[in-house]
Amino acid sequence: MKGTEVAQAVKEKFKDLVSNVSFPRDRVVRLYVPRESILPFCKFLRDELSCEHLSLVTAVDWPENFECVYHITSYLEEYMVELHVKIPKDDPKVDSLSPVWKGADFAEWEAYDMMGITFVGHPDLRRILLPEDYLYYPLRKDFKG
Amino acid sequence: MIDLYGISYGIGKWFMGIIAAILDFFGQWIQPFQGLADWLMRWETLNVLAITIQVVIVFLFVSIINLFIIMWIERKMYARLHTRRGIMLPLPFRKVQKGTGFLQNLADGMKLIQKENITPKNADKWMYHIAPAIIATTSILVFVAIPLSETFVVANLEGGLIFVFAILAIAPFAVLVGGWASNNKFTLIGGMRGAAQMLSYEIPLILAAVGVILLAGSLNLVDIVIAQQQTIWFGIPLILGLLVFLVAIVAEVERLPFDIPEAEAELVEGWATEYGGMRFGLIFVAKWVRTYAGAALITILFLGGWSGPILPGEIWFIIKSYIVFIIIVWTTWSLPRTRMDQVLEIGWKRLLPAALISIAIAAALKWVGWF
Amino acid sequence: MTDIWINMGPQHPMTHGLFNLRVRVDGEIIVDANPLLGYLHRGVEKLCERRDYTQIIPLMDRLCYVSSLTWSHAYCLAAEELMEIEIPERAKYLRVIALELQRIASHLMWLAAFGPDVGMFTAFLYAMREREYILDMLQMMSGARMNQNYPRIGGVRNDVPPEFTDKCLKVMDYFDGKRKQYERLFDDSAIFLMRTQGVGYLSKEDAMDLGVTGQTLRGSNVPIDMRTHDPYEVYDQLDWEVQVEKDGDCYSRYKVRMNEMWESTKIIRGALKKMPKGPVRVKPPKRPKGEAFRRTEDARGEALIYIVGQGETSPYRVKVRSPVFANLRAAPVILKGNTYADLLAIMGSIDVCIGETDK
Repeated sequence: MKGTEVAQAVKEKFKDLVSNVSFPRDRVVRLYVPRESILPFCKFLRDELSCEHLSLVTAVDWPENFECVYHITSYLEEYMVELHVKIPKDDPKVDSLSPVWKGADFAEWEAYDMMGITFVGHPDLRRILLPEDYLYYPLRKDFKG
Repeated sequence: MIDLYGISYGIGKWFMGIIAAILDFFGQWIQPFQGLADWLMRWETLNVLAITIQVVIVFLFVSIINLFIIMWIERKMYARLHTRRGIMLPLPFRKVQKGTGFLQNLADGMKLIQKENITPKNADKWMYHIAPAIIATTSILVFVAIPLSETFVVANLEGGLIFVFAILAIAPFAVLVGGWASNNKFTLIGGMRGAAQMLSYEIPLILAAVGVILLAGSLNLVDIVIAQQQTIWFGIPLILGLLVFLVAIVAEVERLPFDIPEAEAELVEGWATEYGGMRFGLIFVAKWVRTYAGAALITILFLGGWSGPILPGEIWFIIKSYIVFIIIVWTTWSLPRTRMDQVLEIGWKRLLPAALISIAIAAALKWVGWF
Repeated sequence: MTDIWINMGPQHPMTHGLFNLRVRVDGEIIVDANPLLGYLHRGVEKLCERRDYTQIIPLMDRLCYVSSLTWSHAYCLAAEELMEIEIPERAKYLRVIALELQRIASHLMWLAAFGPDVGMFTAFLYAMREREYILDMLQMMSGARMNQNYPRIGGVRNDVPPEFTDKCLKVMDYFDGKRKQYERLFDDSAIFLMRTQGVGYLSKEDAMDLGVTGQTLRGSNVPIDMRTHDPYEVYDQLDWEVQVEKDGDCYSRYKVRMNEMWESTKIIRGALKKMPKGPVRVKPPKRPKGEAFRRTEDARGEALIYIVGQGETSPYRVKVRSPVFANLRAAPVILKGNTYADLLAIMGSIDVCIGETDK
């Protein structure tokens, strides 16, 4: 499936929730969704568009907001969705994807550990790479070491 | 006929004769010395001395000379299997680093002796310290009953085979005690596994030997070899029994592929994890001694013991037992480790029926009248 | 017997690297497992934000000390995507050769660890013996045996010496000839089959759901290899096949890796034959802007590097997807219900490398 077809299918279902659609490569689609609709959006991707695999959860610290980037792969149709979610700085919370993909919790652990984004609905959110009693989130830009 | 006892008696008598002569000389002035000299030359004293010398000779053979040879054989052998050279260092002060490395084991032993004896904080001290001692002593004690030839034997026991099995069976107890007393999860699991495995392999081990007992009609190890000299090696009709015995002895001495009690990948060093220094060395050495005891038993029971042309019996015995030892080493270093349940399954489901079939074959041969 | 927790690591013969696998056993049966990570955390992602684009390459090399080249290559690929440059054809072929050599070396290292895991120490020395020749080839290409630092943004650091082709073919011939020995050592050994077949089963659905990639996924009958799924360099022009096994047990994962090694020799032969002449490097722009990601097939699974550039000399954010990190998520699922002794075979078949997991 080509990136444009994926974007078409997503737009039909979610209408104006999807914004800033672009195509970095032929089979890759990059899009933004609001953080409230991420869980139904990902469920739709998995059930209707056969995205079996969540590759990566990245958290980026932009000057005005946080951003979570999800790389979602479809093995069957050989395309990839790069999903961006903007998260406000004063309330770094987003729904956890572990109900959709079981393997999501490990990736989210890391994002929580490094960037301090709380994943609501995560089965066991805790520090994984850093000590339990560590106070800072080292990948934030205001962390100076 | 000159036997080990005769030689020991001769050495003792010669040695005591010198002392008695000296004492006699001083006895001219100091009366009690004459009585002492007389007591020294009495038969009872010399008998005790002769037995002591006998034991010392066998101990030296088993634990010093033989041990160094088999350790060297094993280390060289598996090094070659690994496509490397193995131990090569001849002496510490030699500049050129090549040679056979025969004294490497001595150096290793000296290093182990220098180590501090560490007792874990919560260990059961008595049990913890006694376990390696039990294992080492029982392993060497086996050789009291094993004859290298008709004459080279410490104690020619009527129930020699029973004695050997009984002594070998003490080790699981020590393994369990050592594993428990170390107060460590790895040693506990290792000890439990060790006890379960050794107990379950004792049965096929003994049953495989029953066929030999049937054919030889004796429990005396010397008589068993003599019976083979009169007929053929029991390994030929009882090939099944030989294989069962070989597998069971490998499991009994906790070697790969059956070294589950000390599976180093999962249990660090198994039940011996907490032991350090020479206590660890004793456990390690006892394993080699037990392996050699197994090889010697196979030689006696199945391969005709010391029977062979031209060379003296003792040499034949050593050659045969070393060949068996090399076969054991070979299997050890070319097979992966089995799992606990698989080990027990092999023991109870494969080896036990095979041992029983071996007994049936022996009984049939006896009934037909070939033996 | 009551359940006990056993700490396997960080100092334990089982762990190939620094991590702690807490295992709860009921007698010999594993009830629960919990990998604890972070012993080797070096903050690579944070370090990347303070370094030039070029300076990051050696840093990425240190992510995994067993297959360092694949990581620096994955980074270079993503950076090239960000800077929108096309690298010369010869550099692509050289990269493929280096990557496949590194893959063989990494798999041999895995085999050297997997052998002692199931109690076959001999395998360790056999695998190490072959690895020497592969590392010699890598040394000839890049000048280093480990942490080669060979790919560059815009190509590779240097061309290979002229005698490389002949020597490399000779090594490949030698390595192909050794296949029989390995098959006799492992596949013909009944005890090895007893230890690995039917042990550590991971179903196809679970594997995909848990985000498992690489050989663990292909061992569960999912024919996904990033070299064909999302082709990079010249893999789509070479003649080779993705290795898949059906059973999803330790033996399948073992078999996939073993087959892959000899599939790699095929790729190297093909690449050596087709390699054109020409330059090996172009000059990259200094201050790229935008975001880009590329996926590559690391020696252990899917490696994804996501770079955000803000027009500075150093990137704004670099994110590394470690395949082992995701595969470790599956370890407790696979381990549950197996015996304690099988833990070795299972963890060995996952091929853990902590350097990239902890980053």
